[in-house]
Amino acid sequence: MANKLVSEMRLPPHLAHLLAARRLTTAKDVLSLPEVELMGVLDAGIHTARAAVAHVSEIACPPYQTALALLESVRLGGGGRLATTLRGLDDALSGGIPVGKLTEIVGPSGIGKTQFCLKLALLATLPECYGGLNGRVVYIDTEFKFSSQRIVEIGKKSFPQIFRQEGLAQKMAGRILVVRPTSLSDFTQSLEQMKVTLLQHDVKLLIVDSMAALMSSEIEKSKTGLRQHPLRWALSFLKSIAEFSRIPVVVTNQVRSQSNDDGYHYSFEVEKKGDSNSAEKFESHLVAALGIQFAHAVTIRLVLEAHSGHRFIKVAKSPMSPAVAFPFTVESSGIILLSDEGIDVPGPEITSIRCQGENVLAR
Amino acid sequence: MEIADLPICTSYRAKLLAAGYSSLASLSAADPPRLARGTSPARRTAHRAPPRRQTLPLDSPLRPPTPIAAALLACDEIARVGVDLNIEIPEAEDILKVAVCANKFKGADGPSSVLKGSQNAWDMLSDEQSRKHINTGSGDLNNILGGGIHCKEVTEIGGVPGIGKTQLGIQLAINVQIPVECGGLGGKAVYIDTEGSFMVERVYQIAEGCISDILEYFPHYQDKAPSGQEKLKPESFLADIYYFRICSYTEQIAVINYLEKFLGEHKDVRIVIIDSVTFHFRQDFDDMALRTRVLSGLSLKLMKLAKTYNLAVVLLNQVTTKFIEGSFQLTLALGDSWSHSCTNRLILYWNGNLRYAYLDKSPSLPAASAPYAVTGKGVRDATSSNCKRVRVM
Repeated sequence: MANKLVSEMRLPPHLAHLLAARRLTTAKDVLSLPEVELMGVLDAGIHTARAAVAHVSEIACPPYQTALALLESVRLGGGGRLATTLRGLDDALSGGIPVGKLTEIVGPSGIGKTQFCLKLALLATLPECYGGLNGRVVYIDTEFKFSSQRIVEIGKKSFPQIFRQEGLAQKMAGRILVVRPTSLSDFTQSLEQMKVTLLQHDVKLLIVDSMAALMSSEIEKSKTGLRQHPLRWALSFLKSIAEFSRIPVVVTNQVRSQSNDDGYHYSFEVEKKGDSNSAEKFESHLVAALGIQFAHAVTIRLVLEAHSGHRFIKVAKSPMSPAVAFPFTVESSGIILLSDEGIDVPGPEITSIRCQGENVLAR
Repeated sequence: MEIADLPICTSYRAKLLAAGYSSLASLSAADPPRLARGTSPARRTAHRAPPRRQTLPLDSPLRPPTPIAAALLACDEIARVGVDLNIEIPEAEDILKVAVCANKFKGADGPSSVLKGSQNAWDMLSDEQSRKHINTGSGDLNNILGGGIHCKEVTEIGGVPGIGKTQLGIQLAINVQIPVECGGLGGKAVYIDTEGSFMVERVYQIAEGCISDILEYFPHYQDKAPSGQEKLKPESFLADIYYFRICSYTEQIAVINYLEKFLGEHKDVRIVIIDSVTFHFRQDFDDMALRTRVLSGLSLKLMKLAKTYNLAVVLLNQVTTKFIEGSFQLTLALGDSWSHSCTNRLILYWNGNLRYAYLDKSPSLPAASAPYAVTGKGVRDATSSNCKRVRVM
């Protein structure tokens, strides 16, 4: 809507001609100007300028829906979830990874992010009668970690009835399209190409594993300044893909360590927190590699972490779900939950990422 | 008042200035034909161009001056300035109308008469006292807000991801619909979603939670209700939320401009929620100066909407880190000039294991904080027994 041409808006002719003469061709051009500047550019009085803005606004504004209509369309669409087959998690997410939203998986290296993604990729390819989406999967593998052998292994172990059939394993694995961009510009290119082809090719899931790898390599190159921009662009783009193609988009995020709790309090909190024990300040802890802006933008955030001898998957952000954690383990059949009963996590702990005790080496 | 301040188009302004009309007073002495043709007797002979189509002599009986022009003509001093604006009479009239309006607005009648458009503080007090509030769902939160979210004001709510901004937004969209008999406003809601985090299943749950609370406090509501009135149903709550999904900042500007018309057609809307005001402005903008100007334009429009249509505007904002006094601290996004644009500012944060809200800015209430909880039924008091979230479905 933003790039809608003014010439196609059927404005009253005098307004249309005025805008065209000033090369204000899109809604974006007209609406980005403050009123006073628009008067200057159009060389017109305030009423003309206001009329132009009002007309363009009304047409550029997307139509509204009532929440009831929205509910009905969601119900008609069959809920629109990709079940993870991890029962407890599915319950907490009221059915699975939602369609049309951006879901983030964050955790330390080796915790099982890629395993989770592989499982999701496999599930999405399965026929609907097995809880899948019966479609293709685009898997953007920036860390070169995708393993087709592993996918088939997960498939054979968790859905023996399907994978024992001749040719079906090939068919399922054939539906997963792996893209391996080597640089950010590669990545943006493949994203742009994708938008057109997603619907035609019946793609039902998009996975980016990992988002952070691309960005961090780029940040080293160009230090500051531009560094936020490609991320911002990719974020909006992924969101729009999710929404318009009605597919779930899953991205993974790495962690980095931060040495103190800078950036975690508001100025009005300082007095209270000033005398917190200093030992805590020196202990480094993990935070998501892509910062707070990214965290705001995702609709669902799942944190994978390890502490007190177990790995946990936590629903750290979701408009639908209670704050719960599930212990999990990675087996030959992929990720499985040790218990479907979620552990309630009180307070801000739900967003922390820990990596202690049982870790990478234990596998 | 200077000509330069008049809201007229630049070329006319330049012509006026060039012709020597520098102040409003000099303009008020002119009449449209004179302004249009702009020939003073002294220059009439020098004016070689043939008379233009629409321009008629000042005293022509064919074109009686408009009432405004007539009034202006009555001014004792007729401009002696030689002008050649070269514009049509109707346009000259427009300029004069604008000038007259500007004069009125300035309260040119003199200090004795009451300033137009003003309201005295005593009237405002009674107006404020009779004003209704939108229940947030949590009593503690209502207390620090002085009863709830205020109508006719812009309230900004910010906090870290996952703290419950969207939850509070949805809760307000539902609570504004609580019937008047139950202490609510019985209004409708506009929900502008820029992030795509509006999950309608959750809205349904919160509506159910709200209805069960209404029935708990007003057990006889259903019996008392006239037969024609439909029973409280989550579906009817959902039907009264107008949902806009916005995908770029241009659309965000467009929707706020369009709201003026929309709200004129839907007078029973009592709350406008934007979730979040930040997202697109943070993603797509490179020119920060333009961003500041566009945003301040938006906030002015929103304030005007809040006043005109007697509704509450709630803006959800994201947080960012800022380097203050040697350390990084959390602060709401969009910068310092934006922080002036909201009347009230509420910050949601974690304090120990509880969610707290802190009233950071308010013209009438002291800074205070209060705990709240996000339960299966929606936003509630942290201390109540059912603060643990009920498992969904």
